[in-house]
Formats: sequence, structure tokens, C-alpha cells
Amino acid sequence: MTDPQHIRNFSIIAHIDHGKSTLADRLIQLCGAVADRDMVSQILDSMELERERGITIKANTVRLDYTAKNGEKYVLNLIDTPGHVDFAYEVSRSLAACEGSLLVVDASQGVEAQTLANVYQAIANNHEIIPVLNKVDLPAAEPERVRQQIEDVIGLDASDAIEISAKTGIGVPDVLEAIVHRLPPPRGDRSAPLKALLVDSWYDPYLGVVVLVRVVDGELKKGQRIKLMSTNAAYQIERVGISRPKKEMVESLGPGEIGFFTAAIKQVADTRVGDTVTDEKRPAAEALPGFKPAQPVVFAGFFPVDAARFEDLRDAMGKLRLNDASFSYDMETSAALGFGFRCGFLGLLHLEIIRERIEREFNVDVITTAPSVIYKVNLRAGEQIELHNPVDLPDVTLIESIEEPWIEATILVPDEYLGSILKLCEDRRGRQKQLTYAGTRAMLVYELPLNEVVFDFYDRLKSVSRGYASFDYKMIGYEEGDLVRLSILVNAEPVDALAMIVHRVRAEQRGRVMCEKLKELIPRHMFQVPIQAAIGGKIVARETLSALRKDVTAKCYGGDITRKRKLLDKQKEGKKKMRQFGKVEIPQEAFIAALKMDEN
Amino acid sequence: MTCSERDLAIYVHWPFCKAKCPYCDFNSHVRHQGVDSKRFTEAIAQELAWFAAQDPGRRVTSIFFGGGTPSLMPPSMVGFLLDRIASLWDSAPDIEATLEANPTSTEADNFRGYRAAGINRVSVGVQALDAGSLRVLGRQHGVDEALAAYRLAVKIFPRSSFDLIYARPGQTRESWAAELARALSEQQGHMSLYQLTIEPDTAFARLHAEGKLAIPGDEAGTALYEVTQDLTAKAGLQAYEVSNHARPGEESRHNLHYWRYGDYAGVGPGAHSRFTIGAQKHAIATEKHPENWLKRVTATGNGIVSDEILSGPEQADEMLLMGMRVSEGIDLGRYERLAGRPLGQTRIDDLAALGLVAQSGRRLKATAKGRRLLNAVIGELAA
Repeated sequence: MTDPQHIRNFSIIAHIDHGKSTLADRLIQLCGAVADRDMVSQILDSMELERERGITIKANTVRLDYTAKNGEKYVLNLIDTPGHVDFAYEVSRSLAACEGSLLVVDASQGVEAQTLANVYQAIANNHEIIPVLNKVDLPAAEPERVRQQIEDVIGLDASDAIEISAKTGIGVPDVLEAIVHRLPPPRGDRSAPLKALLVDSWYDPYLGVVVLVRVVDGELKKGQRIKLMSTNAAYQIERVGISRPKKEMVESLGPGEIGFFTAAIKQVADTRVGDTVTDEKRPAAEALPGFKPAQPVVFAGFFPVDAARFEDLRDAMGKLRLNDASFSYDMETSAALGFGFRCGFLGLLHLEIIRERIEREFNVDVITTAPSVIYKVNLRAGEQIELHNPVDLPDVTLIESIEEPWIEATILVPDEYLGSILKLCEDRRGRQKQLTYAGTRAMLVYELPLNEVVFDFYDRLKSVSRGYASFDYKMIGYEEGDLVRLSILVNAEPVDALAMIVHRVRAEQRGRVMCEKLKELIPRHMFQVPIQAAIGGKIVARETLSALRKDVTAKCYGGDITRKRKLLDKQKEGKKKMRQFGKVEIPQEAFIAALKMDEN
Repeated sequence: MTCSERDLAIYVHWPFCKAKCPYCDFNSHVRHQGVDSKRFTEAIAQELAWFAAQDPGRRVTSIFFGGGTPSLMPPSMVGFLLDRIASLWDSAPDIEATLEANPTSTEADNFRGYRAAGINRVSVGVQALDAGSLRVLGRQHGVDEALAAYRLAVKIFPRSSFDLIYARPGQTRESWAAELARALSEQQGHMSLYQLTIEPDTAFARLHAEGKLAIPGDEAGTALYEVTQDLTAKAGLQAYEVSNHARPGEESRHNLHYWRYGDYAGVGPGAHSRFTIGAQKHAIATEKHPENWLKRVTATGNGIVSDEILSGPEQADEMLLMGMRVSEGIDLGRYERLAGRPLGQTRIDDLAALGLVAQSGRRLKATAKGRRLLNAVIGELAA
């Protein structure tokens, strides 16, 4: 156990690509935690996907031994936090486990919306914040401008910001000194009953469920009986350890220390991020503040492209869920797509990550239906139901009203793109709350319905701002809206996978776009095929796919039969991949493309 | 007309041309240094003997010299092969012996020789009746020259086919109707009218991909097809197959044999066969490259590079593919015997309800509308 006076717990706040992982790598190297020959880039981002996308999904820690210039030895615990809006709650818990943060800002790019949201969270957690200007070695670096921006936009004093280049190592030793001298040591009472914050947990194939904790008061020891305060479930601790980042077993963890334990916990879902771990026999009087169970906010159907791989998909879902309790799934059947799952996610990136992991790690290709939010449907009978799937919307005559979730979005954008962003937000039923400037960048705060955001909002935002706009949001609650179910009918047969809930004012346009798109995607048949969008019985958009006019091989004699038979085999193979709607065959690619549609 | 399972059609492939036509994807080769016709002819004769030895006692009902350009063969060589066939197999009394001919004046000079050798039908590749189109198609003859050659052929051979390619670059419905009317006044009971198709790996395919060759699109192509059906029918020629029109009785027996999925032995470079040995139907193909083929035949007695035994369902598919092309359609009982299962009645009924096929008893045929969409219809039936 280490004297809390010599412990510093910190996290790094940065926008994607601003150099968080590179700085972490440098700090680890300078403290000699990893031999140079074992050094791989972005040590903390263990998953291939995380490395590729430059994002962190799971919280990760590393304990560093640092001898300061004054000769004192310190233990530095770095918690690497998930850096994306979808994981805002996980970020807040990781921050709650530290006393301070490094705010890393790219000296050529400046502050981004996501940085802003995380830095506010850090301030809310009473963090001491050390501004760090990275990439000062780049010709485009403007440290003075960015310093000013940090003061203007965030309201932090940036006069003593440290200028570094994580890539070349310039200034990195100063960061270590600042951590020791500018961040406060943790406070805690060793004799008090155990109180530890559950920061994250994951499934390890050898150790089982591993729980990452920050001890606040008391001691966490091998063999101790502990209890999780939100569920009252009790376990006996089997192992206690720290991460350097190689796992190293220890006897106990004391106040201010960060480490992990295992306790024969069956599944990750039994451990909830933000929960309080206490002693079973001598429990703490009250839990640590801020606990919130994870709530999926975005839902979508996942179906195997090859129906025969449904069991493989189920297996993949089960394995992913082992390590990610915030993701949920239930079996679903669709006439269009066969057997699949309705899945709940923390946000769109979360959805995207799960989809990619299924395809990459389990080799199951999936079709994803249009993401939907949770609607609250108030029935005339007085009951309220939560709707996760547009297909389940009760008959309109039974509905009193429908409520939809709203968010407050913060968007930072160079002012030349402001007009397009304003238009995008207005088109998406947004309500402007604030518009301020910091230099040549505008900060916009908008209230938006979440269902408009899950529908390709990020993509549009990026494309109208050429990638310069950054975006962050938080949920603000539910509001009644004039919402309707838009059905898509192909040859008069409704296609369940394409049904969506939309605001009435947007229904016609969305329907028209979908019909036009499908007309391009569905191959022509031997007969005419009407494609319609309808609200209830009312058709709001229609396209007609004309009949195939002529499809015959002009010349076919004895010499060609083998080739023609092989073509026929291909044709049969293709037909197997089609989904039948009445008499119409729709290729799966059509669903995939239709569901990916944008509004251009 | 029916064909017995013992009936055999023989296809002779002559792979050489004076020039390669830019639309053609057949196995054809240009040899500027000349061709040793005798050696190739003797090798073809060796392959014929090979087939005869596999399953003796069959009866030949038709022979077809195709290419390439078989009208470049010396008549004596054609005669040599016809004699060889007659010595290897029994011949049907009404045996049909067709030769594909290009209507150039030099080739026409050989017509009498071919007739004397035993050829009784010619298929004349006139292809177009305007000079510009003939140039675009890379043909070696002019319009008047072609018509003169065709008229000469009519005088010499008992039967002939007048062959054209339509839906050519720039062709309109009106210009095609006029051209076809002129051809109809010349023809003597049989026409093969092919819609120009851009085949992969041809000069046209390259030009088409580069946007330098525009052919009539879907709508215009359909209109040209319709006018073809109309005018030939009015002239008394029945559309007995997708691209073949004949006065009743004048149909090509050789080609009908393919479409009825009878056995045929293909000899020469790149020839294909469907040949039953014992109870097994073989799909045989020979080496395409002429000189390599020649080496193989000299060494082993045949130029075969692939010999695959077709399963029942594969044969059923092939029979369907070929049989639905002809107006008489297919025998559902035969399909069922080959496939080991009947053709789905619901699928048939659905297609019938759309007016694309017609069933009467155990026979299924494509309607005129269905024939226009035949690839889709067959795909649906075979699924």
C-alpha cells in the first residue's frame, strides 16, 4: 500500500486524434513501465478496433512509478477514459476515480465539442486541470491562439499550459512534474469501512470477470467478503492486483489506490459501472454518489445476411454481451430479413462498434435496420408503453399521444460552415438555445429530437462542414410530438424492416426518398411493381418500378450450353439471397443500401 | 418431328477467318501465313472416328459446318469429311448438311463445289444491307456482293438461311423495318435474325466500355425486336425460336436438335459436345487454340481438354435452357425424369398468370411475351 500523499490519479481528456494515446505511450515509456522493445503504439488501446478508430471503449489503467526531480518517489495512476459521447456515463465514472486531468488540445486544431463536454465533466468532478498543448512542433501550430481559446471557450486559465510534442517527446517530462506538483493527492480514511468506486469491468478468458476499482476509504484485501451496494450481491475476493499495464498481484489496495479484483463473479452484467464496493460485514453507511444503471437509448435490428448463420450471430451476441453489459439484445423476426435480434445501444458509435466486432471477430455479416429511439406511447386506456421497434406501434385509434426523447447538442464549427449547420439543425426540428463565438469558431447549442439525430445526423454534420464540426450531446427528457409510423409497401406488401417512426412534417419527404431509393435498388421484375410510402392507409409517396421489357439471349447453340448453365447457376444463387415479398424479390443489398440512405 | 435418343448431330468447327469481326466472341483465328487445311481436316476426321468408336451404331441426322469461316474450307475437304461421316455412321435418309458461308464473291465461287460435296443447306451471313453497317461490323463484303452471293446460293442449294444482325449502332425502327422488308423479299424460307449483343472480350466490348460505341438501349431494342416478330410473321415465317424464323418445314433440323437437347458430337478446335456413352451424358470440350488442338489430336486421337459427366439436375437445367427457346417448348415429363423432381407447379401457374408461359398437358412453352423475357422466366422456373 502506498501513502496517499505520494499517489496522483489522473486521466487525459482529448478529442480524437489530438494525441491522447501517444502522450500516454510517452508517459509509460518515461516511467520505464514497459521495456522499449515491448513498446507498441497505443498500449492502452488493446482492441484492434480501438486502435484503428483511435477511440477507447473500455476504461484502462496503468500504474507508473515516477521519481520526481525533488527525489521523491510517486505512484501515478493513469485512467484512460472512453472518449466518446455514447460513453458519457462511463467517462464520468472514470473521472470520478481521479483528482485531476490533463486537458490535451491539438495546438493546430483547437478545442472541439467533445473535449468541451468531457472537461465540463472533469470540472463537475472537482478536478484540478492541467492544460497541455500538443503537436507544438507542427508548422501549423498556433499555441497562443489555442491558449486564448481555452480561456475563452472553457474559462480555464491556460497561462501555464505545457507545450509539448507527444510524438517527439518534447515537454513530456514537464507534464510528469506538473502531475506531481499541481494535482492534489487523494484523500481517504484507511480505518473507515471499505468504499470503492466500480470504474469498469470486463471478461478475461483466464481470470473471469475482472473489476476495476478506485478505493476511496478503507482497504480492499484478498480473501475479504465484499458486497456491491446497488444489488447487495456478496462475493469473496480471490485476487487483488494492479496494472503496470502488465497485471501484477498485490495483497491489498488502500485509499487513493486504483487496481482490480476478481471474485468468482459470473458475468460482467452483474457488475455495474458507478456502483460502490463495500465490506459485507462492516458496510459503508452510504454509497458513493452518481450511480446510474446503463440505459440503451438507440435500438436497431441485427440480422445475419446469410440466414443460415443465425446461430453464429446469437453466439457472437452472447460473447460480446459478456464484456459489455450496456448492450442488450432480444430475438426478433422480420418478414424481410428473417430471424435476428433487436439490440439496444448507448448510442450510434456503440452500435457501429458492436456491428464491426460481430463482422470482424465473429465473421458474421449483418444487416442493420434503421436505428430507432425509445418512444413513450400513451394509450387512451391510460397506460404508457415504451416502444423500441416501429413495427410494434399499436393501432393509432388506441393512442392518445407519443413522446420522443430530446437532446441538447453542442456543436463547435468554423464560422464559414455555420450557415449549413444552422440549416441542418432547423431541418431536423431543432430549437436554437445559444450561439456564441470564440475567435473564428462558433459554438451552437441546439435542442434536437434524438430520432432526427440517429438518422444520419453525424454524417450530414461532417459532410456540410467538411469534417470540421464537432458535436456532443446529452439527453434532456421526453416531449410529446406529432409522430406517425411511415410504412413502406412494395407491390402493396408492407416491408417491416423499412417501417419507421417519423414526425408528420418529415414523413412525406422521408417516404419519397425511400421510394426513390428502392426504385433504384430493386431489380425490375416481369411485371410492374408499385413502391409506396404510407401513413396508416394514406399513401404519401409513390414510385413505379416498370416491368422488365426484354431479357433474352439472342444467340444460343450447342457450344454455349455449359456457359449458359453456369450463368443459370449464378442466377439461382442470386435468387437464394433474395427476400420474397408476395411476388416481389428484393435483394438483401437493397435493404442494406436503403437503410444506409442519406437525404441527398 | 421427334428425335430418337440414338440420333446424333455432328458439328464441325473450322476456326479460321480472313479477319476477326469486332462483335464476334466465337473461337476464331486469323492466320496470315495460310492454313494447312489438309492437316486440320485429317485431324477432324480423327476426332470423328474417336466419337464413332465410343458408341457405335448411332444414326446421324444432321451435320453443321460452323466457325470461324467454314466457307474458307476447300470443297474437297468438306467432301472428305462428309464421306468420312457416312462411313462411320448410318445416315438418316433426309440428312441435313449445312455450311455457314460468308457472302464474298471469292467464297461464292466455292458454292458449286460444296453442293457437289454433299452440302444441302447454307446459312449465309449477310448481316446487314447497308454499306456503313457492314463496315462497322467489320465484314469483308459489300451489300450488292452479298445479295449476289445469296442469290447464287439459292440457285445452287435446296435450302438456305438469310442471316442478319440488328439493333446495330444508330439503327432506328424505321430503317430496320425497311431493311428487313428488303431481306424478306430475298429469303427462301429461313432467316436467323440476331440482336447485336456486346460480348465480353471483343473489340465491341472495349469500344462500348469506352463510350465509343452506342447501341440501341432497352426500349429501342425491344421495339426493334417487336418489329422483327411482326414483319416475319406477316411474311409467313414462324418464330420457331428466339432469333430464328422459318416457313413451316424449313426449320434448321440441326439447331432444333440442340434446342431439343439431343446428342451432338462437336469436332475441331474449341468444339463442344453433349454425348451419351452408356447411360452417362458427357459434356465434352476440345482445345480452343487451333495449333495446340492439332498437336493434341495428332498425339492422342482427340483434342479433348474437358470431359464432365452431367448429373440429372444439370441435364434438366440444360434441357430447360435450350427447350424453352423454341416455340414447341419442353416435355415436363422429361424434365421430371432428369431432375428427379417436377418443375414447381406454383411457379408455372404464376408465370402463366402473367401471360409468360402456357401449359397444355405435359408440355410447357413460353408465350411470345415470355420469350422476350426468357432469361427471367427460365431463372424463375429453375430456381
